[in-house]
Amino acid sequence: MLRLHPYEYHRPRELEAALELLKEHAGDVMPIAGGTDLVPNMKHRLFAPGHLVALKGLPELHGIVERQGEIVLGAAESLSSLADHHLVRSHLPSLARAAGAIAHPMIRNQATLGGNICLDTRCTYYNQTFFWREALGFCLKKDGDVCHVVRGGTRCVAAHSADTPPILMALGAKVDTASPEGVRSVELDEFFIADGIWNTQRKPDEIVTRLRVPLPSPGLRTSYQKLRERRSVDFPLLSLALAVGLDGDDRVESIALVVAALGAKPRRIGGLETLAKGERLHDELIEEIARQAYRQSNPLDNIIVDIEWRRAMVPVFVRRAIREALARP
Amino acid sequence: MRCWERPLIEIIRLSVNGDSHEIGVPSHYTLLETLRYVLGLTGSKQGCDKGDCGACTVLLDGLPTLSCILPVQEAIGRQVTTIEGLADPDGPHALQDALDLTGGAQCGFCTPGILMSAAALLNVNSSPTRQEIREALSGNLCRCTGYTKIYEAVELAARALREQRPPAEVLRS
Ligand SMILES: Cc1cc2nc3c(=O)[nH]c(=O)nc-3n(C[C@H](O)[C@H](O)[C@H](O)COP(=O)(O)OP(=O)(O)OC[C@H]3O[C@@H](n4cnc5c(N)ncnc54)[C@H](O)[C@@H]3O)c2cc1C
Ligand code: SF4
Ligand code: FES
Ligand code: FES
Repeated sequence: MLRLHPYEYHRPRELEAALELLKEHAGDVMPIAGGTDLVPNMKHRLFAPGHLVALKGLPELHGIVERQGEIVLGAAESLSSLADHHLVRSHLPSLARAAGAIAHPMIRNQATLGGNICLDTRCTYYNQTFFWREALGFCLKKDGDVCHVVRGGTRCVAAHSADTPPILMALGAKVDTASPEGVRSVELDEFFIADGIWNTQRKPDEIVTRLRVPLPSPGLRTSYQKLRERRSVDFPLLSLALAVGLDGDDRVESIALVVAALGAKPRRIGGLETLAKGERLHDELIEEIARQAYRQSNPLDNIIVDIEWRRAMVPVFVRRAIREALARP
Repeated sequence: MRCWERPLIEIIRLSVNGDSHEIGVPSHYTLLETLRYVLGLTGSKQGCDKGDCGACTVLLDGLPTLSCILPVQEAIGRQVTTIEGLADPDGPHALQDALDLTGGAQCGFCTPGILMSAAALLNVNSSPTRQEIREALSGNLCRCTGYTKIYEAVELAARALREQRPPAEVLRS
């Protein structure tokens, strides 16, 4: 049995009121959406805020619509509605697939897109009960001063383990947020930072309100690949998202490849535009892209699953992703 | 308020299996703790207690939901259905009969959660394929029966409900 600490649960009915609560209880409050990440983490005493501000009841965070050349996704929409929504399935099929590959059906009914974007990083030495962590002497990310993954390390390298960000990054999504200071919008790429302790630039009183994805051009092909031991329940051990734009002659106009679940921040593989632009995706080019991705991916032992396997799957996923993207109309 | 202070008690109204309850609960309770320790409905099981196993699955407005990680306040104003509400007064639900007939429950700890997930599936899909059943039950772990007999039970129950006959009769035919 895992008990929660006492807290007060607030259910505001509009965004203004939620921001007011975050301001009023600053330092002792957290937003909660589906709770599928935060509640287990609180049960492990990784967080113990005295106040929780529930976001699901905020109408401003709901809705999936097409508006001004963008698909606008409300942050409080559940992962199952995202995976099943006709706009997402028809325009952003790889996002629908990524959302549908998260956890299992019950979690997808509860969990939200915003919570997935703000998911805490994960590590074998962190996602454990207080008892377990105390027995080990804690770690840098919470309550301690050493890292068990990088001996002598001074930076936490817990893994970014959310499934929707890689494909959203490849699609060029933006995050809209609101805080007591006002609203802002940032590229999802910049939203994430390479710090395992807190891997987004979101301030504690800032609420993600929606994600905006540019409507893909007709020549854009995408794919999402996820490595895990079981086909359900499990977080990714490695994930890879591809978005490649082809012209009428099947030549590459743009290419974005994002590899995630290895370090604290999803990694955009560099140097691909120079390699592939204007070319057809023939076997040799695919192998060269796979090599580039492999060289730029360095998993760490933040999850106790063979890191050689996690790395060796990078080129395999590049090949699969490109073949899958090309095969789909 | 900090951990060592006294928890708040909230008075809330919950609708469980069609009954409306006005209850006082500590504000940090999950729906599962409320069902088990306030309402005495111990059918929903506390397994991992952190979202991994599905033993605590209940229906929230018809959708399978993990009650162990759901703050109880999120169930206010919604219809909660637990395993205690699956059968009707005339007898067990076809799924319960079918699970018994196929030997789909051994220790039975996963069974309430499996039944709720399966019931939600049959509510929206009267003739699911084996793959659809596997997908619907993919968040419910069973450590003893193995899954084959459970899938067979769902198929048997689906057929019994379609043909409006008891599962035992379908099995004999
Ligand atoms: C068994 C299990 C398996 C899982 N498998 C996967 C998986 O395969 N892939 C995966 O990606 N995830 C997985 N998860 C994690 C989690 O379920 C999802 O990432 C989910 O999308 C989190 O959303 P939520 O609404 O439940 O977040 P919450 O738990 O409510 O919140 C998570 C964090 O984000 C903050 N937050 C939430 N919404 C907002 C917002 N709108 N603005 C600002 N901050 C916000 C919260 O304060 C909290 O810190 C799994 C969880 C479990 C328990
Ligand atoms: S990477 Fe190191 S500091 Fe970060 S959670 Fe894991 S053990 Fe702790
Ligand atoms: S007890 Fe809720 S998922 Fe295990
Ligand atoms: S019957 Fe024992 S866990 Fe399923």
